[in-house]
Amino acid sequence: MRLTVLSAALLAAALPAHAADAVRGEELWQSRCFACHSLDADRVGPRHRGVFDRRAGSVPGFAYSPALATAGITWDTETLGRWLTDPRSLVPGTKMTFRVADPADRADIIDYLRRESGR
Amino acid sequence: MNISVQSRRRLFVNAGTAGLSATAIALLAGCESMAQGTMAGGAAMKASPASDVATLNVALGLEYEAITAYQLGAESGLLSQQVLPVAVMFQTHHKEHAAALEATIAKLGGKPVAMKPKGDYAAALGAASLKSQADVLMLAARLERGAANAYLGVIPSFGDPDLAKVAGRLAADETMHWTALSSALGQALPAKALSFGA
Repeated sequence: MRLTVLSAALLAAALPAHAADAVRGEELWQSRCFACHSLDADRVGPRHRGVFDRRAGSVPGFAYSPALATAGITWDTETLGRWLTDPRSLVPGTKMTFRVADPADRADIIDYLRRESGR
Repeated sequence: MNISVQSRRRLFVNAGTAGLSATAIALLAGCESMAQGTMAGGAAMKASPASDVATLNVALGLEYEAITAYQLGAESGLLSQQVLPVAVMFQTHHKEHAAALEATIAKLGGKPVAMKPKGDYAAALGAASLKSQADVLMLAARLERGAANAYLGVIPSFGDPDLAKVAGRLAADETMHWTALSSALGQALPAKALSFGA
């Protein structure tokens, strides 16, 4: 049993970390995020270009939930990862419910958003 | 092709509703066909109607945008006589979705979001850049695919299983629209299974 656990740990350590892929992230963003978001226009959700390093709830004129407007979060790889995992876990009361379950998908979408934010 | 969500809603709100759960009543009020098969007899909500209302209002925003997108396409003069009736039919589906969502939000004690002016949607969707029928269909296909994924993506978040089921049914409609649109565009179907809602 101990050997099995050790082998599993060694195997996990040997696996390469997912290298974020903005090109794949763009495809994922088009199919999963475009329903509500555009890069340069506010729609059901706020514009995404420039989201990196932006304070949450700060796009002028967009009608955010009070919860997100006062969340005090700045979007970066870590906060976007938590957000896409479960928005209402990070910010209870936010309007967004949509989740991206797969960590590799999240990483690729975030890399695309980073690229489009010029970061 | 005019948008008459209000009159449609009034019609359904007056329908008989005895013996159904609160959610089923609301769904019936919004869209009779959509209510078929919902849990009857007082199915209990698991949690947080307010949270469900917030999610439904996001969905309603999507439906308003879709209604207007098809309106813009229909008025563009770019659609052929063969394509235009299909676009109008899809718009009608979205009107029925919106009516159902509005009624359900109200029944749950929420306030439905308002539809924006058409010009706002046109600007946000880049309607001025649509120069051909293919442009219109590609935009519609992108919106429909996104909506299908959005509805599938929020299913686990609903506290009320009736609402989760309706989200699945809405996703099915959007997928049907996307399939027809991508076929009209000559696009290949997804080579792999489970291409929606990951």
